[in-house]
Amino acid sequence: MDLIISLTDSTLRLGAPLILAALAGLLSERSGIVDIGLEGKMLAAAFAAAAVASITGSAWAGLAAGIGVSIGLALIHGFAAITCGGNQMISGMGINILAAGLTPVLGTAWFDQGGQTPSLAAAARFTPVSLPLTEALGQIPVLGPLYARVVSGQVALVYLTLLLLPLLAWVLARTRFGLRLRAVGENPHAVDTAGIGVARVRYLAALCNGALCGIAGAYLSTAQGSAFLPDMTAGKGFLALAAVIFGRWRVWPACFACLLFGATDALQARLQGVSLPGIGEVPVQMIQALPYIFTVFVLAGFVGKAVAPKAIGEPYVKSR
Amino acid sequence: MRPTLTRHALAILLPILNIGAAFLCAGLVVLAIGENPFNALGVLIDGAFGGSDVIGYTLYYATDYIFAGLAVALAFHGGLFNIGADGQAYLGGLGVALACLLLGDRLPWPLLLPVAIAAAMGFGAAWAWLPGYLQARTGSHVVVTTIMFNFIANALMNYLLVDVLIAPGQESPQTREFAAGAALPMLHEMAAGLGITMAPSPANLSLLLALGACVLFQLYVWRSRDGYALRVMGTNPGAARYAGIRVGRKTIFAMCLSGALAGLVAINEVEGANHHLATGFTGGAGFIGLAVALMGRNKPLGICLSALLFGALTQGGTELSLEIPKIDRDMGLVIEGLIILFCGALQDVFRRPLTRACEALGWI
Repeated sequence: MDLIISLTDSTLRLGAPLILAALAGLLSERSGIVDIGLEGKMLAAAFAAAAVASITGSAWAGLAAGIGVSIGLALIHGFAAITCGGNQMISGMGINILAAGLTPVLGTAWFDQGGQTPSLAAAARFTPVSLPLTEALGQIPVLGPLYARVVSGQVALVYLTLLLLPLLAWVLARTRFGLRLRAVGENPHAVDTAGIGVARVRYLAALCNGALCGIAGAYLSTAQGSAFLPDMTAGKGFLALAAVIFGRWRVWPACFACLLFGATDALQARLQGVSLPGIGEVPVQMIQALPYIFTVFVLAGFVGKAVAPKAIGEPYVKSR
Repeated sequence: MRPTLTRHALAILLPILNIGAAFLCAGLVVLAIGENPFNALGVLIDGAFGGSDVIGYTLYYATDYIFAGLAVALAFHGGLFNIGADGQAYLGGLGVALACLLLGDRLPWPLLLPVAIAAAMGFGAAWAWLPGYLQARTGSHVVVTTIMFNFIANALMNYLLVDVLIAPGQESPQTREFAAGAALPMLHEMAAGLGITMAPSPANLSLLLALGACVLFQLYVWRSRDGYALRVMGTNPGAARYAGIRVGRKTIFAMCLSGALAGLVAINEVEGANHHLATGFTGGAGFIGLAVALMGRNKPLGICLSALLFGALTQGGTELSLEIPKIDRDMGLVIEGLIILFCGALQDVFRRPLTRACEALGWI
C-alpha cells in the first residue's frame, strides 16, 4: 500500500512536465506544424526560469520568464514555418541546438558555475502545497493517505497541469477555436475558403505551445529541481513527442502515455539495486532504459498505424 | 512580370546573406555576454583555420560530420527521417572496438581496417534494422523509434563499458588501448610522406574514407537502379508500390544502409583518433549530422561543405573558450543553431528584399 501510494505520487511528479510538453506538441501538430523543438523550448525555459528566480527570488517571476522565452522560440518556429514556409523539421532542430548551446553559454557568462545557475532558496522555488483538511482526512484508512500524499502536497504547477489538461481537451474538442485549430491541421484550404485566416490560427497554436513548454521547463528547474543544470531536459521533449504520436494526436491517450512514461521512470528509480526473484540484480542501465524499450514495444504492438493530421508539415500557400 | 534574379545569383547571394545574419545574431550574443564580437570572430576563425594543427582538428571533426550527414541524407532520400544516427554511430564504435581488441595485435592496420569497417557498418546497420523493420511492418514511426534507440544505445553502451569492457584497474569507463599496430595513419604522418609539414592533430586516414564514401553515395543514389528506387520511394511511396518497388523491404534496407554509414563515424573516432572506446565518444555527431545533411541539401558536395563549416565551428568554438574564458565552449553550438535556422528554415527570408534591392540599384 505504502509502495503504491509513493509510486503514484512520483508518477504524477515525473509525468506532469511530460503532460505539459505533450499538450504543447499536440496543439502545434494538430494545427499542422511539426514540432520537434519541444526539447529546446523546455531547456531554454528551464534556464530562464532558474536564472530569473535566482536573481529576483520569486518562483512566479521565474515562471513568467520561462514562458516568455519559450513563447519567443515558438514564434521563431512559427515565423519560419507559417510565414516563410520553411522546413519545420529543420527549424525544430535549429531551436534544439540553439537552446542546447545558448543555455550553457549564458549560464557560464552570468553565473560562472560551469553553466549551472545558483541553487535556489525555498522562496524562489515552487514548494509543495498542502491542501486543506489534510490532517483530518489523513486519518481515514486507505483513502486518507492517498489524499494526504498524492492529492495534497504537490507543487502548484502540478495542480495547474491538472487544470489545464481538461481545459485544453475541452477547448480542442468543443470550442470554435478548437475546431478551427483541428481544421487547419487537416484541410487548411477549407478553412481559408470559410474566410478564416490559416496563419492566425496557427500562430495562436504556436503561442499556446510556447506557453505550455515554458511551464514544463520552469517545472524542471524550479519545482522538481532547485537549479538549472546543463542538458537537464535529457530527452523529455522527445519523450513527450513520442507520447503525442503514441496517443495518436489525442489529448487523453497522450496524457495516459505521459503518465505511463512517468510510471516507468518512477519504477526504475525504485528498482535500482533491488534483487528480483529468479533474475538477480538487474543492471542499473537496463532499468534506466526501461521507459524507452517499453515505448518501442508498445508502439510496435498495440497502437497500429498512427494517423497524423493530414496537413502536418506542409506550409500553407494561399491559392492565387 | 517582375524581373527576378537568376537562379545562380540567388544560389550564391542568399546563403551569404543567411550566414551573415546568423553571425550577426551570434555577435549580439557575444555582445550580451560583454565581450567584443569582432575579437571573438577573429579568434574563432583563427582557431579553426589559423595553422596546420587547428586545420587538422577542423578536418577531424568534419570527417565525423560527413559520415553522419551522409547517413541522414541517405535515409532522407527514401523519405525516412533518421534521428538515430548518433546511437548507430555509438554501436558502430562497439564493432570497431571489438575488432581492434580481438585482432589488433595480430593484424597490421591495412588488414585490420576492412574488418573494422565491416564491423562498424554491421553494428550500425543492426542498430538501425529494428526501427526500419518496425516502420515497414507495424507502422510505428521511425522518428520515435530511432529517438528511443538513441537512449537505449546510451544505456547499453554505458552498461558494457562500465561493467564488461572496462580495462582492469581503470577508473573511467573505457576499454584498454588498442595495440599500436591497429592505429590508422594520421593525416600529419601522411602529409609528411608527401613532403608537407603538418603539426600533429587527430585527423587521420578516415578523412579520405569519408570522401570516398561521398563518391560512392553519389553513384549509388543517382546512378544506380537501387538508388533510383530509393528516391522514388522517398518522393511518392504510392507510385513506388505501383511501379513494383517493394516499399517495406526497401525501407528496412535504407535504414540499415543509413545506420551503416553512421557506424563509420566510429572508424574516425575509435580506430583513428582515440585508440580506445570510451563512453559518449560520438559527442553528438549524429545530431550535427542532421543539420549537415539538411544544410547540404542531401547531396555529397553540399554535405562536405557544410561538414567543413560545422567542423570549423566546433573547433573554433573550443579555441574561443580557451582564449576568452567568459565564452563557454558551447558558443560553437549557438552559431550552429543559428546557421541551421537562417540557412535551413528561414532560407528564403531575404529573397524578396534582395530582389527589391537589386531592382532599386538598377542591376536587373
